[in-house]
Amino acid sequence: MSEVAMFELFKSRVEGAGAQVHRVATRQEAIECVLKTLEAEGVGSGATAIWAESSCLEGCDTQALSARVPGLGFTVTREAAKAARVGITQMAWGIADTGTLVQDGSGVGQRLASALPWTHIALLDARQLVPDLATLLTKVDPTKSAFLGFITGPSRTADIERVLAIGVHGPERLVVICVDDLEGGRL
Amino acid sequence: MSKAFKRSITKALENPNLGGILDRWNYPATRAKAYEGVDFEALRGEISAIKGEAAGRLPELADQFQQAAEAKGAKVFRASSPQAVLDYILGLCRSKGVKKVAKSKSMASEEIHLNKFLGEHGIQADETDLGEWIVQLAHQTPSHMVMPALHLTKEEVSDLFSQELKQPLSNDIQALVKVARKALREKFFEADLGVTGANIAIAETGTLVLMTNEGNARLVTTLPKIHVAIVGLEKLVPRFQDAAPILKALPKSATSQLITSYVSMITGPVPNDDGTMKDLHIILMDNQRTAMAADPEFKQALQCIRCASCLNVCPVYRLVGGHVFGHIYTGGIGTILTAWFNELKTTEDIQGLCIGCGKCNEVCPGKIDIAGLILELRRRLGQKEGLPFIQKSALQIINNRKVFHTMLRAASIAQKPFAKEGFIRHLPMFLSGLAEHRSLPAIAPQPFRDLFPEIRQPKGGPKVAFYAGCAIDFVSPKVGLAVVKVLNQAGYEVIFPQEQSCCGIPHWASGANEMAALAAAHNLGPLLAEEVEYVMTACATCATALKKEWPHLLQQQGMAGLVPKAEAVAAKTVMFTELVAKLIQEGRLTPKDGLELQSVTYHDSCHAKRHVGIYKEPRAALGAAGFDLREMNESDTCCGMGGSFTVKQPELSMGMLKRKLDNAEQTGAQYLCAECPGCLIQLGGGLDKRGSSLQAKHPAELLEDRFKDPEA
Ligand code: SF4
Ligand code: SF4
Repeated sequence: MSEVAMFELFKSRVEGAGAQVHRVATRQEAIECVLKTLEAEGVGSGATAIWAESSCLEGCDTQALSARVPGLGFTVTREAAKAARVGITQMAWGIADTGTLVQDGSGVGQRLASALPWTHIALLDARQLVPDLATLLTKVDPTKSAFLGFITGPSRTADIERVLAIGVHGPERLVVICVDDLEGGRL
Repeated sequence: MSKAFKRSITKALENPNLGGILDRWNYPATRAKAYEGVDFEALRGEISAIKGEAAGRLPELADQFQQAAEAKGAKVFRASSPQAVLDYILGLCRSKGVKKVAKSKSMASEEIHLNKFLGEHGIQADETDLGEWIVQLAHQTPSHMVMPALHLTKEEVSDLFSQELKQPLSNDIQALVKVARKALREKFFEADLGVTGANIAIAETGTLVLMTNEGNARLVTTLPKIHVAIVGLEKLVPRFQDAAPILKALPKSATSQLITSYVSMITGPVPNDDGTMKDLHIILMDNQRTAMAADPEFKQALQCIRCASCLNVCPVYRLVGGHVFGHIYTGGIGTILTAWFNELKTTEDIQGLCIGCGKCNEVCPGKIDIAGLILELRRRLGQKEGLPFIQKSALQIINNRKVFHTMLRAASIAQKPFAKEGFIRHLPMFLSGLAEHRSLPAIAPQPFRDLFPEIRQPKGGPKVAFYAGCAIDFVSPKVGLAVVKVLNQAGYEVIFPQEQSCCGIPHWASGANEMAALAAAHNLGPLLAEEVEYVMTACATCATALKKEWPHLLQQQGMAGLVPKAEAVAAKTVMFTELVAKLIQEGRLTPKDGLELQSVTYHDSCHAKRHVGIYKEPRAALGAAGFDLREMNESDTCCGMGGSFTVKQPELSMGMLKRKLDNAEQTGAQYLCAECPGCLIQLGGGLDKRGSSLQAKHPAELLEDRFKDPEA
């Protein structure tokens, strides 16, 4: 599958699962996209957000980011995650044919920030897309990652009268920011 | 059948919510969509190979899993009984001072009644899966393996939540879900210990795989500092890669999704947010699973991935829901699991809920012969507990051709005052329940076997031996006459071996395999006496016996010497429409010119479709002969006849019939056609009772005037 076709499939599956996809070229644009989403979510005007450790933040002036969007923090605790409106994490892989994001959740911050807030913003390097689950399982090693988290769309249930309801325990909203080159162009 | 059990069925049928909810979901269509572009047969081939291999190596895989998980820092406990699991968890709670437990959905924990046990010891266990929480608040058991609260309405849920949270709530589902989120959120944070099950346990790496749509398993494994996973041994698979086909099939089969929203793979302890490491305990629970693996018939039941699709398509489950099954595991597979995890005797009543339609087998991603295993339960129960006297005598009578046929002739006379146009309208009081929604057929005044010698047939052509079966012979001889007429038009001479008698399916379906084998043995000689091109039956039930079951039955019942003869019969046997379609193709039957187009909707009998795989042929034959086929919704769902099922479970049988007829009538067709006299008795009786303009017909009746005579 070509990269373009793979991304198109991924995008349509992510959207089919009830999440949003943005495509940007650079790390800088990705960060801008995050900040814009945070503002739209009301972070800075009362609501808070937490950004879990991400390789794309290396060398980044996180204080400057917090200054731009007050309420954005980079220390993830149980209580901070519980209170946060938005959680931001970086994903390790994407699976095209199901629209799935895969995280290495061995670090507790990754799990807390992606599981507890109302909105989860997931950053993904487009080069980390694989066509399907079987391929993904050849790339990851569970003995090296104690917690592999697969996320597809927002949290959902149909436990009352088989009617779909979103956001029962995990996020109600999932925003995927897919970046051509997430590691390059350090600030 | 116990009175309490009967009452529970009546109660379930009266609950309007149970019957409707799965229908509104329209599972078959959404499932098909989820599987679009996927080769389901190949996928379930993979799964059954993996799980079948695992079932054959349980102790070895459990050792391997234990080693791998312990190497990563998990504590693994091997429990043979539910009590051992309970004791272990209680001991852990006591030693760590645990007061509160948060659980994500786990059928294994339901199986051992963990919540109740912990509650009795002063430890509060809260379910966090929405459906499980609802069921917990209602003090009930799950009615469905995937959707535990399927049986409750939003009004009932709202009442439960209002009571629990001591505030008035609306019936709005979205609002109710938000209320639950808020209430349950606190429970994750307060819990000292989290309990999960596992959907897959990977031996090679010591990995647990958890699948949830709500995301509660992620919270249960992240927030409390202790994590206990209760894993039934059947969850083991050998290799990491083996998870792929299961992850692919389970969500499609369970909820018609491409993938479950959250899949977590946990390999050893992970850090908590205070820097400590998770205290991870994995309990590998046997509770009869190794005994099941050692049973050659039931080993395959360990291939189950608990998707519950067998419940979603089961015509009985769809009418009455899960609680009539009386135990934690519900539906067809639930009956099988209950027989093992509890004991065989507990399934005495519930095994009778299965009509043997085989719908479940078609969709099972574990490729389990669910219908066959329930039949095997029935057989073992019959052997152990004995068949009820009346049933046993009836089956013995059927096996004595002379006595049986004499009785049928006597019945034909006795029913005279009640019979009208082939149906019995007024029955003696005690039988009237049977005729409430369906008129019963009358025994014909003259059986086919008496009419046959009067038929004038062309001589000298190739020969076909006709196996009529009891229903055509004694109830619908006119179908037999039509069959002969069509075959004559193709130049065949039909012979009718007078010594033929019951095919044995009634015995087989009652678990009386030894009597079924005797019935098979009795028929082989007459059917092979004369050299014929085909053995033909116009009854799908008989076809199942002749084409498929006789060789097995004879082998199983110590009559292996007769197996070659049974195989010879099987090789020659064709169904009437199967032969007609072939003869049309070969140009030996030619439809008349200028036929009036008539409309028909076709009911696939369970035996024809799923036992002998005949469903294209009747449509081809009818289509070629000028019939406009109007497919009904769910053409292959059981009509509720199922031989003695209609007598033993009349209410269920009538519920199934009603749905079938509603679907058939909606097509607006003139005829409702099925190549099974049993189904036609059920369908025709139901239509008669309704006063419907739709007419139930055997294909032979529709086809008898549609072909040119050979000389014309
Ligand atoms: S055979 Fe039919 S009635 Fe029996 S469990 Fe399967 S689907 Fe249900
Ligand atoms: S028996 Fe088959 S269909 Fe039923 S739950 Fe198990 S895997 Fe699913």
